Amino acid sequence: MVPKSIGRRQFLKLMGIGGATALLAPAVPAIMEKLDRNKAPGPSGSTGKSSAKKLRQWVMVIDLKKCDGCSTLGDIPQCTKACIEGHMIPTGPNGEWVQKWIEVLKEELPGGGNYFLPVPCQQCENAPCVNVCPVGASYTNEEGIVLIDHRRCIGCRLCMAACPYSRRFFNWGEPNQPAQAKFARYSPEFPVPYIKGTVVKCIFCAHNTHNGKLPVCVQGCPMNAIYFGDLEEDVATNKVEIVELSKFLAKNNAYRLKEELGTQPRVYYLPGHGEEFRGHNFERTKA
Amino acid sequence: MMKMSSKNSLESTVLQPILKVGKGYTILALFLLSVVLLGVFAFLTQLSQGLAATAMRDKIFWGIYIVNFVFFIGISHAGTLISAILRVTNAGWRTPITRMAEMITVVAIMVGATQILFDQGRPDRIFNLFLYGRYQSPLVWDLLSISTYLVGSCMYLYLPLIPDLALCRDRLAGQASRFKLAIYRVLAVGWTGAPEQKKLLERAISVMAIIIIPIAISVHTVVSWVFSMTLRPGWNSTLFGPYFVIGAIFSGIASIIIVMAIFRKIFHLEQFLEEKHFLKLGTLLAVTNLAYIYFTLAEYLTMGYKLAGEDKELLTMLFAGSQAPAFWAFLVLGLFVPLFMVVNKKTRNIPGLVVASALVNVGMWIKRFVIVVPTLQVPLLPFDVGIYRPTWVEWSLTAGSFAGFALLFMLFARIFPIMSIWEVREELETEKEKETEKVIEVPAQPQPKWTEVFPAKREEAR
Repeated sequence: MVPKSIGRRQFLKLMGIGGATALLAPAVPAIMEKLDRNKAPGPSGSTGKSSAKKLRQWVMVIDLKKCDGCSTLGDIPQCTKACIEGHMIPTGPNGEWVQKWIEVLKEELPGGGNYFLPVPCQQCENAPCVNVCPVGASYTNEEGIVLIDHRRCIGCRLCMAACPYSRRFFNWGEPNQPAQAKFARYSPEFPVPYIKGTVVKCIFCAHNTHNGKLPVCVQGCPMNAIYFGDLEEDVATNKVEIVELSKFLAKNNAYRLKEELGTQPRVYYLPGHGEEFRGHNFERTKA
Repeated sequence: MMKMSSKNSLESTVLQPILKVGKGYTILALFLLSVVLLGVFAFLTQLSQGLAATAMRDKIFWGIYIVNFVFFIGISHAGTLISAILRVTNAGWRTPITRMAEMITVVAIMVGATQILFDQGRPDRIFNLFLYGRYQSPLVWDLLSISTYLVGSCMYLYLPLIPDLALCRDRLAGQASRFKLAIYRVLAVGWTGAPEQKKLLERAISVMAIIIIPIAISVHTVVSWVFSMTLRPGWNSTLFGPYFVIGAIFSGIASIIIVMAIFRKIFHLEQFLEEKHFLKLGTLLAVTNLAYIYFTLAEYLTMGYKLAGEDKELLTMLFAGSQAPAFWAFLVLGLFVPLFMVVNKKTRNIPGLVVASALVNVGMWIKRFVIVVPTLQVPLLPFDVGIYRPTWVEWSLTAGSFAGFALLFMLFARIFPIMSIWEVREELETEKEKETEKVIEVPAQPQPKWTEVFPAKREEAR
């Protein structure tokens, strides 16, 4: 009787240990990540929150007074075109644009007519997309740019759900990219060639910043409406003029999209067409 | 004598399907298998083409895989409610139902978790969740919670199964296949039914019954948080956790009623699964139905009263726009009609309850669709969003998932007793004892004092 009851007890104990292991086992990755992060600060675990001292804080300023959506040129928006060509962004089966990393939206003005709103990734300081990534594939680099490690991304699209600006895109199938894309060397700062089943987005031309070049959309804008600069150095340029960033923003009543959400975007807009100054009302006008 | 005969018929009725089933059973299993194979083919297609094979695109980037995920994880709450909550509250009528309920839980979690795999752009990298998992991500909360729930539910299914496995080992020797007998022998872990063993088992079961309840609540809470941790209209809600949990229990009860009715019919369990069991579950269905109506009201009224920009667009779409048919179908056919059927005397019977439960489950699937898709149709900036019409790949994977759910259930029922024989027997015995007590007591004391009758009555009421 006695050995038997011990057997049961042992069995139940084993069950208990097994159960506890099963309960704890899923916590292992978190612990591993912690250890990993202590060793080498990699992409995983960065939360996008600003740290005390930053190397750079790249920002974009878009002057809505100047942007006419390239309608006076009678052409497609040149910033979008430059972006798609410059990054070899995958197109649809017939070459149509499916991923407009910078998209020029058309809004009706209260007094009639339209104004145009170019929207790239807002490069939020408190980026909701980075917060929700389950594998740390989305991260903020030390220059404040939100990037994606496409070799790690599992394609769950939680980041797309989290982005309040819908600025993330997905390679749904085998990306239809130009032949020369195959020769590029992949890095999150220039994520070419593109990988099926992963999320992509505007990267503020992170590959260009190292070489002292402006983002391709800034280069491509015929109206010089887009400024690119660094908050730390307090300077920005639209390739024809150089401005003192903080004063420039204050003087022109700069605002950011959906500021009330607390995402702290690094893309500023200068109003001036008579559009609402703050807290844009993006309620869609029914066609 | 009575006791002996009911005991034997209990055993033989429940063990019968393990030994032999009718032709219809095999045909149904083959049919379900073919649907599962269709799902496998669809998944292979999706693997080669990527998620481009679905109708999901950049703006509406989640579709019916996520709907199915929430749906299956929802009905997995069936087991927890019936076997844990009713066990903790000592509701004796639960005994013939617990096994099926726990089985729903285990199978539904497995099928539900698979939906997440279907939805990944890179299912081949799913192990990155273990390699690089970040505890800040709601998806990792899901992973932790659901895997814990699966392990806990398997244990909770297994523990009360031990005495029945021993019974199968002893009774079916020489009758069942060698393979099955080997399973029984190993899994019965030398159960003899000694009082010592019984005590330990009872203790283990009651510990698990208590542990599993908070785990189950956490599961559907974190499932809802995948949505409510985002800044999107209709998802950005503090109510979502409890709203999802109630919805899960609601659809779980409906699932049990359907599963019970099916097994009652095909395995001839009418003697044990009586109408009273259905009516009691019907009451629970009505209670959770009312709770869900309350939560739905709380959710949409607080949004609809203020009509903040994006919320307004969402509610217009739901109440009168493109998604109105789905929304009203859920509200009327999924909530009010079933409630009416449970309350109404004419339909408060087994067929009525089964129809009501089927409506509830269809309604709750639609509700999950209404949660996932319309929110994504609300443009966050002024652009066109497009429409979402699931492709054949998505529908096939959905059909395959439902067929797989049923098939796993049928397979289980061919190996393990679908009803907890020992618990039902104990319950029958206690019921008999009470009856005999009453019969003896009443003539012995024609005018008993209330103090003597009351405890007996109280026992009976339990």
